[in-house]
Amino acid sequence: MTAQFPALALILLFPAIGVVFNIFVGPRAGRNAVNVAGTGVIFAAFAVGLWAFARLLAMPAGAALEVTLWPWIIADQFHTAIALRFDALSAVMTLVVSGVGAVIHLYSIGYMAHDEDYARYFAYMNLFALSMLVLVLADNLLLMFVGWEGVGLCSYLLIAFWYGNAQFAYNGRKAFVVNRVGDAGFILGILTMLSALAAHGVWTLNFAGLQAHAAMLAPVATMAGLLLLLGATGKSAQIPLYVWLPDAMVGPTPVSALIHAATMVTAGVYMIARLHFLYALTPDAMHVVAVIGGVTAFFAATVALVQSDIKRVLAYSTISQLGYMFMGVGAGAFAAGIFHLMTHAFFKGLLFLCAGSIIHALKGEQDMNRMGALWRRMPITYATMLAATLAICAVPGFSGYFSKDLILERTFEAGDEGLWLLGVITAGLTALYMFRLLFLTFHGTSRVAPDKHVHESPPVMTVPLIILGLLSVAGGWVELPPGWLWGGAFSRFLMPVLCRSRSQAAHGAAGGALGVVAMLATLTGFLLAYILYIQSPALPGRIAARASALYHLLVRKYYVDELYNLIFGRFLFWGSTNVLSRGVDSGLIDGIVDGAGLGVEAAGEVTRRSATGNVQVYAFVYLAGAVGIAAYYVYLVMVR
Amino acid sequence: MTHPLTLITFIPLIGMVLILICPKGQEKFIRWIAVLFTLPQLLIAGWLYANFNTSTTSVQFAEHYAWIPAYHIFYFLGVDGISISMVLLTAIICFISVFASFTIERGERGYYALLLLLDTGMMGVFVALDFFLFYVFWEVMLLPMYFLIGVWGGPRREYAAIKFFLYTLLGSVLILLAMLGLYYYGATPTFDMVELAANASHYSMTFQRVAWIALFIGFAIKIPAFPFHTWLPDAHVEAPTAISVILAGVLLKMGTYGILRINFSILPAASHEFAFWLLGVVGTINIVYGALCAMAQTDYKKLIAYSSVSHMGYVMLGMAALTEAGINGAVLQMFNHGTITAMLFLLVGVIYDRAHHREIAGFGGLASQMPMYAALTGFAFFAAMGLPGLSAFISEVLVLIGAWRRYPMMTILGAGTAILTAGYMLWTFQRIYLGPLNEKYKGLADLTPREFFMLVPLAIIVLILGVYPHAILGLLGASLNHVNQAVLMAHAPAAAILP
Repeated sequence: MTAQFPALALILLFPAIGVVFNIFVGPRAGRNAVNVAGTGVIFAAFAVGLWAFARLLAMPAGAALEVTLWPWIIADQFHTAIALRFDALSAVMTLVVSGVGAVIHLYSIGYMAHDEDYARYFAYMNLFALSMLVLVLADNLLLMFVGWEGVGLCSYLLIAFWYGNAQFAYNGRKAFVVNRVGDAGFILGILTMLSALAAHGVWTLNFAGLQAHAAMLAPVATMAGLLLLLGATGKSAQIPLYVWLPDAMVGPTPVSALIHAATMVTAGVYMIARLHFLYALTPDAMHVVAVIGGVTAFFAATVALVQSDIKRVLAYSTISQLGYMFMGVGAGAFAAGIFHLMTHAFFKGLLFLCAGSIIHALKGEQDMNRMGALWRRMPITYATMLAATLAICAVPGFSGYFSKDLILERTFEAGDEGLWLLGVITAGLTALYMFRLLFLTFHGTSRVAPDKHVHESPPVMTVPLIILGLLSVAGGWVELPPGWLWGGAFSRFLMPVLCRSRSQAAHGAAGGALGVVAMLATLTGFLLAYILYIQSPALPGRIAARASALYHLLVRKYYVDELYNLIFGRFLFWGSTNVLSRGVDSGLIDGIVDGAGLGVEAAGEVTRRSATGNVQVYAFVYLAGAVGIAAYYVYLVMVR
Repeated sequence: MTHPLTLITFIPLIGMVLILICPKGQEKFIRWIAVLFTLPQLLIAGWLYANFNTSTTSVQFAEHYAWIPAYHIFYFLGVDGISISMVLLTAIICFISVFASFTIERGERGYYALLLLLDTGMMGVFVALDFFLFYVFWEVMLLPMYFLIGVWGGPRREYAAIKFFLYTLLGSVLILLAMLGLYYYGATPTFDMVELAANASHYSMTFQRVAWIALFIGFAIKIPAFPFHTWLPDAHVEAPTAISVILAGVLLKMGTYGILRINFSILPAASHEFAFWLLGVVGTINIVYGALCAMAQTDYKKLIAYSSVSHMGYVMLGMAALTEAGINGAVLQMFNHGTITAMLFLLVGVIYDRAHHREIAGFGGLASQMPMYAALTGFAFFAAMGLPGLSAFISEVLVLIGAWRRYPMMTILGAGTAILTAGYMLWTFQRIYLGPLNEKYKGLADLTPREFFMLVPLAIIVLILGVYPHAILGLLGASLNHVNQAVLMAHAPAAAILP
């Protein structure tokens, strides 16, 4: 059942107004106007989202709100429209994007209070919110792709926000180009599906239409699924395209929180969940999704262990957590994947905002070796960061516990014991690197440069911390174990939209025992962190010295960046410069052309003497030629 | 309005005459005469757009008069879905390029006279439906181009102009021969392109092949298709900004327009046969090769020139696909490339006028000095990269949709080149506009109102066609699908008649 709900357009219109205002009026209107408009439009979008959500709850399960704005691309049988669809899955995403987005916009007011380019900043942030909402509200794949590349654009603009720094500009470019690799896969995936349908005379790309004709997609499901997965690995920073995300951390920290932790990077997970009917047709592609997720989760966690930049640790942690989401959707537990997406938006968004609060207090310092013992001086930041850390480590009762546990359990049930084990080990590593981060920044002895006067951030920054702190604690309670109060309300809400193909019945009998194993891993990680960074802080250095090969491998991130640069950067550039441009173009083709020209010239040596370089002479010669051609025509005509 | 097509074609010519008789010492009025005689062209184009019937495949606004009746040569003008978008594009680009010419300081009289003559020639090519008349306009257009590059160009202008001239001369000769062949071997001797198309099945397959190849080379030089493209970078580098804008914005489209109007319409069976190799494979080479060469350039303008080679490849690939999506995408891409690349060359001109060089490595950090300029450049660059929401995305994705089933490998290369395009575009953007400001350019002024006025309308078109491409696609569909069907149906060789 669907109902028309034109107000959906407002969810996009508000941020669009913000973009226009901040570009054209903002710089003249002043900081206060920009702060109010830039943040207000996102709160307004969130309010409309809540309104739509209330409407949706009042309708029977599986319903959706829709609005068609205008026809878009029409070429013979191929029709697409600019049309929005608000079902349970889009509802969750819209609320997360606009809700967390609004809180982070609010925080930005404080964080960017000393930056002169505030109008440009809020223009980009609003544009990001607009693109992300297009992505999650689009009713067809092509419009989704508009949002998909739109968020990539904003990511580029915001990573390179302080463009005066050449390295920052480079990192922004790297993010966009690496994402383009994934986007090529995305487009080819769309083409694969469209041509399979077109063979049956069906020309549609909207999700309802695709799902209705899913049977026609069966022959190409694996190919389309893998191509789209390539797109997802780009946007969601999974192996092999994760390399851009750690470098994206040079952008302003609220950007890292919103774009590179809470929302944009989860687009790949959303896309796979959105196309669950396609992936349900292809166990092979599903398995690849799960394996990529599991391996990435583990791999990124190992790198996070040794980084000393606080944002880099969090970046690798994000890659690792996104890996969990891929494991979840890869195991067919789409709702669990989306659930972890939501809780992760709360606690990882919060972790970045806390890191931002610290960086703000330390005037730009990001190296954890120059922090320590901050908890007394930044109590609110400390308390909220502790809550977020407990949430990401899946401590029972905190939001991350419910979602991560669900993913591991579903993976085990799907028969992937190996991946489950990898997930459990990663859970231990998560506790290790997170508590390492917490201990290095807030505990131990202070290594802060003495000239810095550390202070707690202003309320405009701490209020967002508190809001997300509460959500990090309680956000998981929407999905309680069955039989407890409202039980799995979140899954029940999503289930009609997502998947009926795999049983998502009650938590299995093994659930309890599995949960205990994961908890033991977490506890081990915590204890290791305590020993290494509180009890005997000299130990990590000695271990690093002893296992220096491994240590450097991790610090240099397995040398993947260097490898990619060599293959895709240097080789291509060398080839196109020396072989194509100099060799083929200037050498071969122009050699022939100039040779022909010289031949003509040599033959015309006599007439050359009259070539004085005088334009009028040339004009005369040309005119004579033109007369000659005209005469030739007349001759032709006469001959006939 | 009666005779709108004659008016739109010849109004600039009146301006040219006025400029030539403009009294000495009054040269400052010359540029305004040029403005005054390109503006009505734009208005008439708008009128044509508003009154165009989108549901018919037949020729509209036709004007048909005997010219040399003894030899079946007619003054026959008309537009259909193949040409209407090009008429619009020509009117827009010519009007803007007059303003771009305001920086020309020597020989204004000759310059503007030639510019308006060029305008008439280009418009004529797109509205002529008699092959003979088409050819006359085609030649009329070459002459002013040669002089505009050769006289008002950069340091190596003579080399570039002669190279342009030699290439196009070769093309013209081949087109002329094919035209005469079509005339003599036709069912009835005629130059009427509508009639020639109606009797397409008359020609023998051998004749079709020979004529097709001759026409193709003639048009491929204009596109320019690999390996006939090397005149383009030189011509662009030497040409003044306004001429580059016209060259890339309009002239290149004549190649692909000619293939659609003549090869596809009149020689459908040969088109069907050669679509794979000469349009598909060559187009794909253009896409990939152009992008790789662009990556290697150190001159800003040369880089943009090579990006044109790459983007015109999508037009060829779309036509090769022989599908509705492909051919619609191809013509839309012609329009979109015209507007976007015009922006790009205007933007190159902005910095060249200030810094007097185009060495990419010689800039840096201009965004902090010229924020409005950098923002519009960023817009144009992302448009050229095919960012969804802007116009080129629609045409490129239609081309890819159209080509996918017939040519999966080429489509993969076409889609994959979007990565290279993003690579070289953003790298260029970074080196010129981002990073620390090059101290040498601390005093540079941001866009002047004139520059702003030229760029913003183009940006608005690019944006509107990204969210509402139907504004152009709606014009094309009927005629293009008709042509496409004709080519698809014609794959059975026609009965051999001659020779």
